[in-house]
Amino acid sequence: MKAAYLYSLIAVVVLGLIAYAGVEAAGLDVLFGVIIPYLAFIVFLVGFANKVLDWSKSAVPFKIPTTMGQQKSLPWIKQNKIDSPYTTGQVVIRMLLEILLFRSLFKNTRTGFSGERISYKWVIWLWLFAILFHYSFLVVVIRHLRFFAEPVPFFVNFLEQIDGMLQVLLPHMFLSGFALLAGTLLLLVRRVFLPKIVYISRPADYFPLFLITGIAVTGLMMRYLAKVDVIRIKELTMGLATLQPSIPEGGISGLFYVHLFFVSILVAYIPFSKIMHIGGIFLSPTRNTANDTRARRHVNPWNYPVKTHTYEEYEEEFRDKMKEAGIPVEKE
Amino acid sequence: MNDKNKIITGLVIFFLVALFPFWFNLIFGASDAAKGPDPVLTDKAKEAETCVADTQFMRTEHMQLLDQWRDTVVRDGQRIYVVENGNKYEASLSNTCMDCHSNKADFCDKCHNYASVTPYCWDCHTYPEETK
Amino acid sequence: MAETPKPEELFKNIDHSVPEEPWEDVPPDLSPGRFAYPTKPKNLEYLGMPMPTKEEWSPADEEWPIPDNWKEIIHEGFKDRLEKYRSLKIFMDVCVRCGACADKCHFFIGTGDPKNMPVLRAELLRSVYRKDFTTAGKILGRISGGRPLTKQVLKEWFSYFYQCTECRRCSVYCPYGIDTAEITMMGRELLSLLGLNINWILEPAANCFRTGNHLGIQPHAFREMVDFFCDDIEEITGVKLEPTFNRKGAEILFITPSGDVFADPGTYTMMGYLLLFEHLGLDYTLSTYASEGGNFGLFTSSEMMKRLNSKMYAEARRLGVKWILGGECGHMWRVIHQYMDTMNGPTDFGETPKSPITGTVFENAAATKMVHITEFTADLLRHNKLRLDPSRNDNKVVTFHDSCNPSRAMGLLDEPREVLKAVCNNFYEMPENTIREQTFCCGSGSGLNTEEIMELRLLGGLPRANAVRYVHEKFGVNMLSCICAIDRAALPPLMDYWVPGVDVTGIHELVGNALVMDGEIERTMDLRFEPLKEETEEDADE
Repeated sequence: MKAAYLYSLIAVVVLGLIAYAGVEAAGLDVLFGVIIPYLAFIVFLVGFANKVLDWSKSAVPFKIPTTMGQQKSLPWIKQNKIDSPYTTGQVVIRMLLEILLFRSLFKNTRTGFSGERISYKWVIWLWLFAILFHYSFLVVVIRHLRFFAEPVPFFVNFLEQIDGMLQVLLPHMFLSGFALLAGTLLLLVRRVFLPKIVYISRPADYFPLFLITGIAVTGLMMRYLAKVDVIRIKELTMGLATLQPSIPEGGISGLFYVHLFFVSILVAYIPFSKIMHIGGIFLSPTRNTANDTRARRHVNPWNYPVKTHTYEEYEEEFRDKMKEAGIPVEKE
Repeated sequence: MNDKNKIITGLVIFFLVALFPFWFNLIFGASDAAKGPDPVLTDKAKEAETCVADTQFMRTEHMQLLDQWRDTVVRDGQRIYVVENGNKYEASLSNTCMDCHSNKADFCDKCHNYASVTPYCWDCHTYPEETK
Repeated sequence: MAETPKPEELFKNIDHSVPEEPWEDVPPDLSPGRFAYPTKPKNLEYLGMPMPTKEEWSPADEEWPIPDNWKEIIHEGFKDRLEKYRSLKIFMDVCVRCGACADKCHFFIGTGDPKNMPVLRAELLRSVYRKDFTTAGKILGRISGGRPLTKQVLKEWFSYFYQCTECRRCSVYCPYGIDTAEITMMGRELLSLLGLNINWILEPAANCFRTGNHLGIQPHAFREMVDFFCDDIEEITGVKLEPTFNRKGAEILFITPSGDVFADPGTYTMMGYLLLFEHLGLDYTLSTYASEGGNFGLFTSSEMMKRLNSKMYAEARRLGVKWILGGECGHMWRVIHQYMDTMNGPTDFGETPKSPITGTVFENAAATKMVHITEFTADLLRHNKLRLDPSRNDNKVVTFHDSCNPSRAMGLLDEPREVLKAVCNNFYEMPENTIREQTFCCGSGSGLNTEEIMELRLLGGLPRANAVRYVHEKFGVNMLSCICAIDRAALPPLMDYWVPGVDVTGIHELVGNALVMDGEIERTMDLRFEPLKEETEEDADE
């Protein structure tokens, strides 16, 4: 399926052209600037909640933590409290480390064959790319609150100062924007060039990466190359955020609408895609359950009686043999 | 499983975060936040009618122009900036720009604040005392 | 198997390149030797499970004997399980195919077959899930990764869900904790709805249901076998043991996998347990009704697991014991640790386990009331309750294989090591990435230790064998210790093939060797009737 990424790339390019032409040629500013963003956001919220509630409806019949360290047993044997959590607090720590630092991915190894030996080398690349991608994305999203809040909250200003501390380029370069592009491209490169990863990748893997690449590229262009009128953009976005949508006088560059359209597509796509791992990670039973199942009974809501082979039935069949062998029986 | 409550709590937190702009602006925002600021032109600026470039260009590219000015003045000693119609200006933020736009608070800061931009121009340059 | 190629050849032919065609279009290899035999009808009948046909059939056949409404059965079964298991739903939805799991699977490392990458094994199920249960999949089909359920997909499931040993190694590395064991269990349950199972799993299950143990050992034979070990023990140590069976009022019920009673080298481990209990004067009994620690129901369905497991608590209650002590076994401890109390509890017998020798209370087993033998022995060692002569194991250079389930579904890592270090003088660990929570499966777990797929098992066991080979060459390791009955059955052929010169032992066999019993004769042989030391100057000194 080598064409898988081409299809996804073409899809993203076509989407971008649609938005550009829609605004520049057909004058559909309201559609791309107001209607689609609102719709996308509603789809996102409803879809996300739906998915999580759907998960919550399914039972957790058993506690099945993957234990990655020493259990709590005898007092002098040191328990690994993070990887084999025994209490809710320890589970919370394990989850936080997993969610914030991608701890399991950090353990990644690569299997290699050298001569007659198979070796397993610690490799950090995937973890590094993933951290780069996710954290820069987070910073970029938080920074964008400057377009959606007036006055701009202090933490956004604070983040901007850190993100722009290099004081190069004009306006100041925000590191996160370039980091996001780099992270996305690195993840994409894996999927295009590593044969094993190509083999397991599907359009659903390439599409979001190309889409985010599109978002990052249009964003960087607006800031550094084809400068846009940020005051008008903020008028539009603040209109959205205060539920008084309008298209600012004088219009905004088509590039902005491409950017906004990409974001709308991404946001609406999340609930129906693998990006739902944002929510799913919190509910993964191998990570969010405690390794305390012998100490505290876990209740399975659908536990039902099953047909067993009782001792009476057993003795009935083997009584004579048991007696002969001197094994005590219930009925002589 | 009694984790329904935990999941609902998590979802509520998620909604609060996702809807941040809506409630933040409702509570802390001004009612006309969706209306961008109008930079105030001083009488002198009004009189001049034209700036060194057209308004649309100045709205998006003024920082680029100032940067260019700085380079030509400091590195090349070239202090004169010639615009398309042949008019000549001294390439100077304090002496040229702020000669007309002497009202920093009402002209520069309004937009910069709205867009959360903190240029470092005035780290070095002085600006005229504002008269009310 | 006669046609198994030589190790060097098999190793050389491992190919990790990927095929030209997308995996969806590559048919599964169901030629003889690549699949385990389907269940014999008599076993399905005895267990009251769906039976496709009374005739003999083979997975190599073009047409499989499945009911006409098979798609409907699978669909309904899938839906039912999505509601019953949040794990399944989450694992279907959140995978991003990052590929971190890919080279963590011993079957992938050994076979190079891309569908043995955990991510693709799960995609086999996920593709059908998308098509049948998600909006995007219904509309977009293959673009969204959806795929209709066809007979070929079914065959693929059969092939690959029986090439997974549910060892959970992949779930250690997955950033979302996706556990292929969970996927495989669900896949096997679905296949089981159509009557598609393998005999090597359901024959033991049927046996266990009837006789109380997988091997179908009837009560009198069970006793005879144990008595036979006692004779051997007497010959080796001079101590006469009289274990009891089904004795009411005993303090402790001891349950171990029946493999320990049935076949070498498990039997030596059994002798070790018996010696230990005699050494302590423990008030315990064995049961012929609950004479199986293992549970092949785990490899079939949660229902079958519960049916087989119910005997433990039932017997504990009937005999009126205070608590249960469990022997060395891998998947047995997954069932006991993560499932038993939920399925068949709450317990209505006994009390929180307390060692009668040391007084230690096993709070970590308060609800389940079952303690692992290495927890029990580690506690004895800590309190110096054992008289040991570890030099009796000096003819062995030992390494330790963490069994999948105790390490990744329980966290039993240091207890066996504490015991090992106390009972033998030569102990070396295998490389870091192949032990503890990163341990490699023996390649034959989850009911796959059957002869007809020997080559697959040897390939699946290769990563483990390769690590043993490393310490064999570096430290002269000649004894691979483990705490799993399937290991004790599966590792010897694996070692013979890849690392000749390494034997396999349970931990308590080594304990049995080292124990200095009251009134024992001078020990010249270990529990295998092998001389403790080569005849050397030691004898001359005396």
